[in-house]
Amino acid sequence: MVADPVLLQAVADLFPNGISRYAVGGLLVGLGTVVIYVGTGIPAGASTFLESTLSYVSDQSRFQRYVGSRDWRLVFTAGIVLGALAFAATVQSGVVTTSLYEPGTTGQLYEVAGVTLWTTDVQPWRLFFGGILVGIGTRIGKGCTSGHGVCGVGSASKTSLVGVATFLTVAIGTAQVVAALGVSP
Amino acid sequence: MGDRHPLFKPLVFVGGLIFGFGLGFSHMARPEVVVNFLLFEDLGLPFVMFGAAIVSGIAFALLPRIRDAAPLTGDPYERRLKPFDRNVLIGGAVFGVGWGLSGICPGAAYASLGVGNVTILWALGGMFVGAYAQGYWRSRSEARDAAPAGAD
Repeated sequence: MVADPVLLQAVADLFPNGISRYAVGGLLVGLGTVVIYVGTGIPAGASTFLESTLSYVSDQSRFQRYVGSRDWRLVFTAGIVLGALAFAATVQSGVVTTSLYEPGTTGQLYEVAGVTLWTTDVQPWRLFFGGILVGIGTRIGKGCTSGHGVCGVGSASKTSLVGVATFLTVAIGTAQVVAALGVSP
Repeated sequence: MGDRHPLFKPLVFVGGLIFGFGLGFSHMARPEVVVNFLLFEDLGLPFVMFGAAIVSGIAFALLPRIRDAAPLTGDPYERRLKPFDRNVLIGGAVFGVGWGLSGICPGAAYASLGVGNVTILWALGGMFVGAYAQGYWRSRSEARDAAPAGAD
């Protein structure tokens, strides 16, 4: 095999953290989705939790339609939070090491009771106002990165493919504009 | 709903654990990593979503041929197909602005909390505010639309 060093360097520049952590993480996200689907037949998405959980405190008809699924969606979300905590307590803390994991340099690490935790440098106003738009958009648009992106794309759903193309394109444009305005992090 | 199989919630919990561990491992739970992807500085992120989509796609394609119904619910195995309308474009665009600004989406936000990112509560709070606002507005417009239809 002839390897062009210029080409190899160009590829390395596009993937400064490699691809294995992304691919392994994605396989696990898919596996979690499959475990639920095999047992229940439900292609679970993450954003419905926002509305189903509001049904505990609001009588609005839009939220009450999710009363039947709100309990297991709470369990699903609790699992996601604790699964990520398990990752923090093992791989992120260096207790479990693997060459497939690239720790990267983003954000801030801190320790609590021997567990290495991580927090973001992205400014709170970006998180809050961005979060509001994520809350509105995912619910009006019928899905998020997991509902459309994982389950919908996995189903070869044209609606989801269009949904993903839309939010991906707009997100790229938005991030480029925000960066061009000098906002960082 | 009340007489679901006793293993229903434990299985959903285990699926969530694997899902959350994967989001942590992939770094998609870190807003910086998402923003770096959107700025074309690190193109690894699509391996998360499309990797997961391939794995789930295999299950969605195979299971309906192997079994008629899911053991814990009795529900048939179906793909996730939703009807297309302009809401998919409008909502997708609004979500895109929010994702591009914040670098976080719902599932990744839950996982971000798990890896220790207390600051992500700003995003989670915002998501609930946004979900409430659209739900309030749509509940009211549905009630308004339903009223004349009921009179017919």
